[in-house]
Amino acid sequence: MTTTAPPTGPVTTSNPKIRTISRASEMPARRGARFPSWVPPVLVFVVIIALWYFVSYVVIDPKQSFLVPPPHTIFTDAFFDPKTLGDISEALARSAGVALTGLAIAIIIGLLWAIAMSQARWIERSLFPYAVILQCIPILALVPLIGFWFGFDFPARVIVCVMIALFPIVANTLFGLQSVDKGQRELFQLQKANRWTVLTKLEFPAALPAIFAGMRISAGASVVGAIVGDFFFRRGEPGLGALISNYQSRVQGPELFAAIITAALFGVVVFLVFGWLGKLAVGKWYDYSK
Amino acid sequence: MTLTTDPPVATTTTELLNFSDVAMTFPNGTTALSGVDLTVKKGEFVTVVGPSGCGKSTLLRIASGLTPATAGETHVATKRIGYVFQDATLLPWRTVQANVELLAELNGIPKKARVAEAAKAIELVGLKGFEKHLPKTLSGGMRMRASLARSLTLDPELFLFDEPFGALDEITRERLNDELIKLFTEQQFAGLFITHSVSEAVYLSTRVVVMSGRPGKIVETFDVPFAYPRDPEIRFTPEFAELAGEVSHALREGHS
Repeated sequence: MTTTAPPTGPVTTSNPKIRTISRASEMPARRGARFPSWVPPVLVFVVIIALWYFVSYVVIDPKQSFLVPPPHTIFTDAFFDPKTLGDISEALARSAGVALTGLAIAIIIGLLWAIAMSQARWIERSLFPYAVILQCIPILALVPLIGFWFGFDFPARVIVCVMIALFPIVANTLFGLQSVDKGQRELFQLQKANRWTVLTKLEFPAALPAIFAGMRISAGASVVGAIVGDFFFRRGEPGLGALISNYQSRVQGPELFAAIITAALFGVVVFLVFGWLGKLAVGKWYDYSK
Repeated sequence: MTLTTDPPVATTTTELLNFSDVAMTFPNGTTALSGVDLTVKKGEFVTVVGPSGCGKSTLLRIASGLTPATAGETHVATKRIGYVFQDATLLPWRTVQANVELLAELNGIPKKARVAEAAKAIELVGLKGFEKHLPKTLSGGMRMRASLARSLTLDPELFLFDEPFGALDEITRERLNDELIKLFTEQQFAGLFITHSVSEAVYLSTRVVVMSGRPGKIVETFDVPFAYPRDPEIRFTPEFAELAGEVSHALREGHS
């Protein structure tokens, strides 16, 4: 590709420059390394917004614009409207309370459940099927029942949350506890370490990366759980779910989208926080490349 | 099938490990060992060489009590048994210092005493200055040193090595061999070392035991006449070459 520049003449002054540039771009360190890492997702975002505008203004009937409100109206009509913003913030706070309480309970129950199963084969055999069943139950179908059993307030919403968030913790913790290196186990066995010692000094620390991976999944799930429960109960103080449900029935497009975006962003934040906590807890010693 | 752990003041004062007619048959029917008779005394360093899968490691597992033999008798005359695994088996979340302290910690030794023990062991294996390092930042050889240090804190009378340097490069392996010899001459434990390197076997030990393939049997035993501490250069002497040749020959014989 690199042709020799003519030895003389006015052209040579600019030619070497061109050559260096073309050479630099010939061998980027890695494919795509030309852009900073934030460029591609932003480009995708721009494309999505453009498509959205296209659908809002060109594809659908203006009378039905509430179905796909133009993106800027989500701000002008919803986020910038003090009343709507107030409603959404309050609902977010309530849903966050439910989600985080549910998540905390799911973590405690999940850890205990998995630890119990890791202690004996028969306990695992007796209890693991129920973890799977719990995961496979269509929670949506159960939500109204939970409402009837436990009322429609905070406790019932938390229960929905726990049910959704429990399985990833149970499954990941159990996996982590059981995949301890055989040699490390024998090291403890040779010193006649008891179960409690093995659990606290070997299995639990070794399982931490898996436990945090489970928590991260559960964190996102608990946000969904909080909103789903609320969405169906539609009673008591409205959380984000009830708010979404209200906006839906009142055909308030921009407000609806604003509430949905808030819910999604909240989920992302919780997910990121748990990822960060995991890094903080095990990042120093855990080799992610393994 | 009996594994007896006698108190250190046994009638046989120096015999730390004794296998008599030991056999091991796994539940799936494969016979890993049959009719093994072997004694290791204090001040002896016995190396077992044999083809892969001949049950060498099983021998160590039986000696340590990890797996009971299915026949024969095993006597271990001490409770202070060091066991060095093929992998360093360090706990990745613990620093070198905390890893070396682990065994003492599991045995309920108070913090102050085990910190001192660990410091001594770390110094012995040449890891001073790396106490605060995590295993993932160490090289394979350094991890093995940490693993050795960890066993040393038990002040073992019987030291079992399960191919500890098999995964290391030649240069690191030879250096660790020398350090192991130094440890052996200083601490005077009874060593039982598994390897499939003939030259490592001859270089390290007072006695080389050759095992045949399945079922694992002792086919020949060689006494190594070289005095300790051993000069790395003895590897290139005719006597060394001759002995290594005989061991290799016995290995091939046993294999066929």
